[in-house]
Amino acid sequence: MLHYLIRRLGESAVVLFIMSFVIYALIGLMPGDPIDLMISANPNLTAADAQRLRALHGLDRPITERYLAWLGGALQGDLGYSRTHTRPVIEVLWPRLWNTVLLMGLSLALALLIALPLGMLAAVRPRGAVDHSINLFAFAGISVPPFWLAILLIMLFAVTLGWLPASGMGEPDNPVEAAKHLVLPVLTLTLLTAGGIIRFMRAAMMESLRQDYIRTALAKGLSGREAALGHAMRNAMIPVVTILALNFGALFSGALITETMFGYLGMGKTIYDAILGNDYHLALVGLLFATLTTLIANLGADFAYAWLDPRIKLR
Amino acid sequence: MKLLQRMFQTFVLALTVLAGGSLAHAETLVICMTQFPSNLHPDIDSMLAKTLVLSATRRPFVVHDQDWEPICMLCTAFPTMENGLVVTEPLENGAEGLAVTYTIQEGATWGDGRPVTAGDVVFSWEMGKHPLSGVSDQESYRRIRSIEVHDEKTFTVHLDRATFDYYRYVPGPLPAHLERPIFEAEPSEYRNRTAHDSDPTNPALAYGPYRITRIESGAEIVLEPNETWWGEAPTFDKVIFKIIENTAALEANLLSGAVDMIAGELGLTLDQAVAFEKRHGDRYTVLFKAGLIYEHVDLNLDNPLLQDVRMRRALLHAIDRDTISARLFEGRQPTAHGSISPLDWIYDPDSPRLPYDPQRAVALLEELGWSNVKEGVRHNAEGERLVFEIMTTAGNRSRELVQQVLQSQWKAVGIDVRIRNEPARVFFGQTVTQRRFSAMAMFAWVSSPENVPRTVLKSDQIPTAENNWSGQNYTGYANPAMDKLLDAIEVELDREKRRILWAEFQHLYAEDLPVLPLYWRAEPHILPVWLKGVRPTGHTGVSTLWIEEWRSEGR
Repeated sequence: MLHYLIRRLGESAVVLFIMSFVIYALIGLMPGDPIDLMISANPNLTAADAQRLRALHGLDRPITERYLAWLGGALQGDLGYSRTHTRPVIEVLWPRLWNTVLLMGLSLALALLIALPLGMLAAVRPRGAVDHSINLFAFAGISVPPFWLAILLIMLFAVTLGWLPASGMGEPDNPVEAAKHLVLPVLTLTLLTAGGIIRFMRAAMMESLRQDYIRTALAKGLSGREAALGHAMRNAMIPVVTILALNFGALFSGALITETMFGYLGMGKTIYDAILGNDYHLALVGLLFATLTTLIANLGADFAYAWLDPRIKLR
Repeated sequence: MKLLQRMFQTFVLALTVLAGGSLAHAETLVICMTQFPSNLHPDIDSMLAKTLVLSATRRPFVVHDQDWEPICMLCTAFPTMENGLVVTEPLENGAEGLAVTYTIQEGATWGDGRPVTAGDVVFSWEMGKHPLSGVSDQESYRRIRSIEVHDEKTFTVHLDRATFDYYRYVPGPLPAHLERPIFEAEPSEYRNRTAHDSDPTNPALAYGPYRITRIESGAEIVLEPNETWWGEAPTFDKVIFKIIENTAALEANLLSGAVDMIAGELGLTLDQAVAFEKRHGDRYTVLFKAGLIYEHVDLNLDNPLLQDVRMRRALLHAIDRDTISARLFEGRQPTAHGSISPLDWIYDPDSPRLPYDPQRAVALLEELGWSNVKEGVRHNAEGERLVFEIMTTAGNRSRELVQQVLQSQWKAVGIDVRIRNEPARVFFGQTVTQRRFSAMAMFAWVSSPENVPRTVLKSDQIPTAENNWSGQNYTGYANPAMDKLLDAIEVELDREKRRILWAEFQHLYAEDLPVLPLYWRAEPHILPVWLKGVRPTGHTGVSTLWIEEWRSEGR
C-alpha cells in the first residue's frame, strides 16, 4: 500500500511538472501579449514605451527562459506575481480557493445527500411513478443551462420574494450575511450536479440489483431494503466514485458561469480572467491547483475502490 | 405529504429570518459596474473602472466639464494667455515652448491631514518619467521639460512645445511623503509595492470628497467621506462600487434593491437599457448620453480594392446608418458622419456627408468596373467576385447585430461581405494592432473633447514590425495634407483660427474617407428616481468627478 502511494505521488509530481510547462507554453502561444492590449487601448504609447514595458515585465525574453525563471522561484516557494492583481499569486488565489472549496464542497455534499437516495429509490422501483418523477428531476438538472437557472433563482428569491441577496459575497466579518449570499449559488450548483449523480446511481444500482448474489440474499430471507442497502449499494458505489473523482477536479477549477452570475469570487472566474488577461503566473498556478486536485481525487478514488470492494488490491 | 409541507414551511421561515436586515443603510449608495480595477494607482495603466472609483477620491487639475469646456478642479484658476498664467518661451533648439503656472487649491489636503503641495506634483512627474516606474504612457511626462516650484502651492510647468492642449500636461499629485520612500527604495518594484495597492485604505492617498475604506478584491470597493475634503460636503455616508460582470445578473441586482444604480460608463448595453426602460421606466431614470465613443469600420488601405476612394464611398453610400440607429437603438445613438462629435465645439455642420444612396453606390461600382452581376454578386471583367471580409469583437451583441444589417445592405448592391469575428482578446491583441484584417474591422475609438487624432491618422503612426507595432493608424492612411493639418492644429493657440483648421480637417476626412463612420455610442446611466444631481458627461471625464453633488430626494 505504502509503495503504491509513493509511486502514485511520484507520478503526480511528474504530471504536474509537465503540465506546468504545457500550460505556460499554451498561454504564451496565445496571440498578443499584455503590452499589445495596452497599445490598443492607449493611443500615446510609443514603440519605445512598448519596448520598455516588455522589458520591465520580462516579456522580451524567450518563453523557456521565463518559464525556467518561474520554476526556479516556485521551487523556493515563490509562485510569482499576478500582473493583473499587482499582488503575489498566492495572495490572490488563497481566499478564492477557500471560497471555491466552500461553494463546491457544500454543493457536492448536498448533491450527494439528495442524489444517492433518489438514485437508489428510482432503481428499486423502476418505471413507476416515483422513478419517472425522479428521472424528470434528474434530466431537468442535466439539461437546464446554468446561467438560466441562476437568473431564474435570482428573479424568484431576490427580486420577487426579496428573501436573499441577488449576488456578491456579503461582508467577511458577518457570517450570517455570508451564509445568505451562499444560498443561491449553492442551490444552483446542487440542482445542476445532482441530476448527473442520480442517473449514475440509478443505473449502477439497477445493475447491482440484477446480480445473482442479490437473488441469493433475497432467497435467504433478507428484505428488499436490506438487500439493497446492505449488498447492492456498496457495489453500485464503485462507478459512482469514479465519476465523482473525475468531477472533483472541477472543485478547484470552480464553476465559471455560476461564479459570474452571482458575483462570487472563486477559482473559475479567476483562472478565466487570468488567461484572457495574459496573467501567466496566476493562470498557471490556478490551473496547476486544478490538476493537482484531479490527481489527488483519483488517488482517493483508488483507495475508495479498495475499501468498497475487498477484491481490489492496490499494488 | 404533511412532512413535506412542514419542511417547506421551515425552509421558507429560515430564509425569511436570514433575509432580515438585508436592506442597505439609507445613506448608502451602491453603484454597480462590470469591471474591477486591476490596480488603484492613478498613473499606472489606464482603466475605466479605476477612473470611476478614483474620480471620487482624487481630483485632476483640469478636466472637461459636462458642457465639454475645460475647467479647473484642483487649481484655483484655469491658466490662459489672457490671465498671464500661460506664456510662450524660447527653447534651446529655436522652437517655442510654454510655461504654465498653476496654484493648488488652498484647502487641498491629503486624508491624513498633510497639505497637497507642489512637491507632490514634482514627485509624480519624477516617478512618471522614470523608465522603470511601470507607468505605461510616458508621453505626458516627456513633454514636461521641468517643473519650477514657487511656493508650497504654486508651480510652473515648462513644456517642450506650444500646443493648444497644454492643460493636459500637468501631473496629478501623489502623496510624496508616503510614496517617495517606496519609489526610491527600488523604482523597478514601485508598481508592485505602491501604497495604492499594498495599503489602499490609507487615508493619505485621497484628497477628494471620499476615501477608500474597504476593498473586497474582485467584488466591491467601499468609500466613505474624506474628512479633509475642502469642497462641498458629499451627502452619502457610504458609496459602494459593486462589481457584477454579467449584465443580466446586474439587472436582477438592481431590481432586487441590492444595488441602487448602474454606471453608464461600465454597465448595461444600449439594447438592454432600452428594454429595461420600457419595463421599469417608472421606478428608474434612464439617462442616455451619446458622447465621444466613435463606432466605425476601419478599412485596410493596403487592400487594392479599398485604395480607390470611390470604392470606399460606394461602401458608405450603400449603408443606411440612420435606419440602423432608429431601428436597433431607438435613435439613442446618433449617426456619425465623421470623427468629430456634433457636441464638440470644433464640429463643422457644413462638412460633407455621404448619405444613404444605393443608386450612387451602384453607379460608383459600375464606374470601377464591377458591373457584371451574377447570383446577386458583382464581378469585374476578369470574372473576380467583389468580396470583402468584415471583422469585429465576437460576443458583442450590438456590433454583431449592426454587422448583419450592414452585410445585407451591401449585399443589396452586389457586394459580398463575409463576417469573421474574433474574441476581443485576439481581435485587439493582434488582428487590429498588427493590421491583420484583410478589409474591414469594426470597433470604437474613445476620445476626449477637441482631441487631435494624431496617432490614428498621421502617416508615421502606421503600426509595423519595425516600430514594434506602435501607433494606431490601423487603416494605413497616409496623406501629407492630413499630416500637415494635424501638426498645424496642435500648435495653433488661437481658438478661432483653430476652428477653421478643424473645419478643414473634417472636409479632408470626409473626402478621403479612411474609415466608414457609423454612429456615436451612448452610455445608458440607470438611476433610481430619488437620486438627483448625476450629470453624465459623454467623454472621458467620468460622472463621479462631481459625486459630491449627488443627493437623495424622497428615498
